[in-house]
Amino acid sequence: MQRDLPPLVDYGLIPLLNLLLAFLVGAIVLGLIGVSPLDALGTLFQGAFGSLDGAGYTLYYATTFIFTGLAVAIPYQAGLFNIGGEGQAMLGGLGVTLVCQSLGGVSLWLVLPLAILAAMVGGAAWAAVPAILQVKRGSHIVITTIMFNFLASAVMTYLLIDRLRAPGDPSPETAAFPASTALPYAHEWAAKLGIAMEESPLNLSFLVALVLAVLVWLFIRRSLWGYEIRATGYNPSAATYAAIPVGRVTVLAVCLGGACAGLVGINEVMGVLHRLVLGFTGGAGIVGIAVALMGRNHPFGIVLAAILFGALYQGGAELAFDYPQVTRDIIVVMDGLVILFCGALENMLRVPVTRAWQRWRLTSAIRRPA
Amino acid sequence: MSDGAAPAIAFDRITKRFGAVLANRSVSFAIAAGTIHGIIGENGAGKSTLMSILYGFYQADAGEIRLAGQPARIGNTADAIRLGIGMVHQHFVLVEPFTVLENLALGREGGLMLQPGIDRARAAARQIEAAYGLAVDLDAKVEDLPVGARQRVEILKALYRGARILILDEPTGVLTPDEVLQLFQILRRLKSEGKTVLLITHKLKEIMAVTDRVTVMRAGAVVGDVATADTNEADLAERMVGRKLAILPERVPVVPAEPILRAQGVRIVDAGGVERVKSIDLDLRPGEIVGIAGVSGNGQSELLAALAGLLPLAGGTLSWNGAPVPVEGRAKILRHLGLGHIPEDRHKNGMVGPFEAWETSVLGYHRDAGHARGVWLRSRVIRALTARRMVEYDVRPRDARLRTSAFSGGNQQKLICAREMARGPKVLLVGQPTRGVDVGAIEQIHARLRALKAAGTAILLVSVELDEILALSDRILVMVDGRVTGALDRSEASERALGLLMAGVQGAAA
Repeated sequence: MQRDLPPLVDYGLIPLLNLLLAFLVGAIVLGLIGVSPLDALGTLFQGAFGSLDGAGYTLYYATTFIFTGLAVAIPYQAGLFNIGGEGQAMLGGLGVTLVCQSLGGVSLWLVLPLAILAAMVGGAAWAAVPAILQVKRGSHIVITTIMFNFLASAVMTYLLIDRLRAPGDPSPETAAFPASTALPYAHEWAAKLGIAMEESPLNLSFLVALVLAVLVWLFIRRSLWGYEIRATGYNPSAATYAAIPVGRVTVLAVCLGGACAGLVGINEVMGVLHRLVLGFTGGAGIVGIAVALMGRNHPFGIVLAAILFGALYQGGAELAFDYPQVTRDIIVVMDGLVILFCGALENMLRVPVTRAWQRWRLTSAIRRPA
Repeated sequence: MSDGAAPAIAFDRITKRFGAVLANRSVSFAIAAGTIHGIIGENGAGKSTLMSILYGFYQADAGEIRLAGQPARIGNTADAIRLGIGMVHQHFVLVEPFTVLENLALGREGGLMLQPGIDRARAAARQIEAAYGLAVDLDAKVEDLPVGARQRVEILKALYRGARILILDEPTGVLTPDEVLQLFQILRRLKSEGKTVLLITHKLKEIMAVTDRVTVMRAGAVVGDVATADTNEADLAERMVGRKLAILPERVPVVPAEPILRAQGVRIVDAGGVERVKSIDLDLRPGEIVGIAGVSGNGQSELLAALAGLLPLAGGTLSWNGAPVPVEGRAKILRHLGLGHIPEDRHKNGMVGPFEAWETSVLGYHRDAGHARGVWLRSRVIRALTARRMVEYDVRPRDARLRTSAFSGGNQQKLICAREMARGPKVLLVGQPTRGVDVGAIEQIHARLRALKAAGTAILLVSVELDEILALSDRILVMVDGRVTGALDRSEASERALGLLMAGVQGAAA
């Protein structure tokens, strides 16, 4: 009965109500540990959007979540659930590292496209194996992509401890990349324009993420491959009837998702860390699942959901800074509540809202003589 | 209306709107207790919506339903069941790996332990079986039962839940002629025991055969409510469609020609290792319609799917204009050569429900020049093309951006026919083209098939409707158990001869 709801209610009102519910329960948790929920909300909002650098942090987090959200959304169109964003992002970071380390002193505008390509190839390659296993052997992709996250983690540990670690450095990370490969920061550009902006990790990758979201939308809605991916996801036997190579299309969709996840390397490794660090993904691949759920697997919805999660990350950090009672664990609880209500319980409010909407429409139709 | 006792069901000015579509407009009529009442109408006429309101799937926007004179509030299906309404859906809702008894007990287990509920169900089912002559093996698994028996399970389930009013939605679509007769006997028996039966169908013959009274719906409204004895098929058809139906045109004679598609020694083995088609030879010639008749499940579906390249061949060869067609990847190759395919199961194969109409209308042709430029779909061009086809093939509503699943069955089928016919295929494979499609659309689809034939297309028609086979085919093959058991020219075929061949009586036509 989804058609009974106008898009504004479906895509706007319901997520908003879910978010309010999450905040409501969050407020109770904060009240229990003796923090005024309203003050805390103020701090959170102020921290996330109240200053240019705060907003910078929010959008920097959002950049990574856009990539990992899209990594879930594209395979979802083919009917597959990609849980492997985390591992695919790690391999993307490895690709970026190889490009940046070997191209010191070369113009950034040449390095960046190559690094993007390497990141995408790394992520796609790591996604390809589970995808092919799914198509050829029927191994469930949810299981295999989870396993591949652990495999990626192990591979990275090996590489960073035994192969890529800078000589003499005790921590599992590479040496810093040549300075010429660093992406420009937002605050550097702001300074050029004469705007005072405190330092934040927001960098050029954010624009890459926005462009990517538009490209993914065009690809899914308007390209032949997007058409074949959606046909396969909605109705595989109709896709077979239409002589669409279902297996190949499935692998393509998952690999493209992996490629999006790989781009996390651009933001984190090339944009901020300027070196490959063990565990640089920090669980972003998993958050991407919630982002995709909340954004209804629509690229534009994912951008909005990613900004919301970015705000929660940044605002949450401010909250922990300002209130001694708010520990890192409480922030995890807050994030968890948003994921719970906006992701997992996404359909909980749909039925009552649909009923209320129909009743309201009916009464207004009766008041207005037909 | 019947006088004296209050009618079993009275619809009073029921109105239901979906978005811009008025699915039911002030529908009022009554159904007397202990009768079989037919409701007919084209697809999209509002029959199903009305029944969904009666069964609690939807709420009416306005109007009232009275059961035995009492206003009834039916907020959900549980209410409907409690009020003694039972429904047998067009697509059965049974748990296939469960036994018949387990299906009956489902939802009425009554307590933690399963066995007492099963025992109760067995005792009750025995009584119901005896009372209404419903023969079902209670311990058989549903997945092992033929379609007709599954339907009896559904009826049994409804009665077990205490139904006094039984709604049957297009119950004969999947049945063989013999099973239809059995069903009618059960319905008459139900009536004689005082149950009220609502029969939703678009088959006029069935209305005439079994109902006491019939309500005709068109465009959401009641356009006729008459005693069956006072009407006839032609009258009902006209009321349904709102105009006189055209008289059948003269058959265009077949000009003998070399076959375009030739299949030799085709064998098909299904996933379970059962040989579904056992060495069939088939020639499809330009300007000829070959009909394949047979009780459903005798290998016709598999033959059609395999010719189109959707099922692997276990043996045999295909050739196109004398040149062999490779077995691997032939679906794509045949499409390029000019093969159209209207699949038997449009929901499963023919369309993608969430796709907008324009997207479905190029399914399988989306990579053709004209539909794509580079890697992009030419959406504007395709939308314009779809809009034109919608006018030409009378698809309603004429909205190329509406989701395919939002169209009624008949209109979905017209959309698929338009797609497969518009390119002037050299060979057209057609499976059950008019299943679940209303009279007006049937007439139109048949006319299109005749026109294609006249234009020189070779057509293979698989249908379980003998009327359809007889109305269209030039040559008729009968399939029983994966073999062609009879080949008749149209001039020597009759319903009786085909019926005997279908039942496996050899040499009956001679």
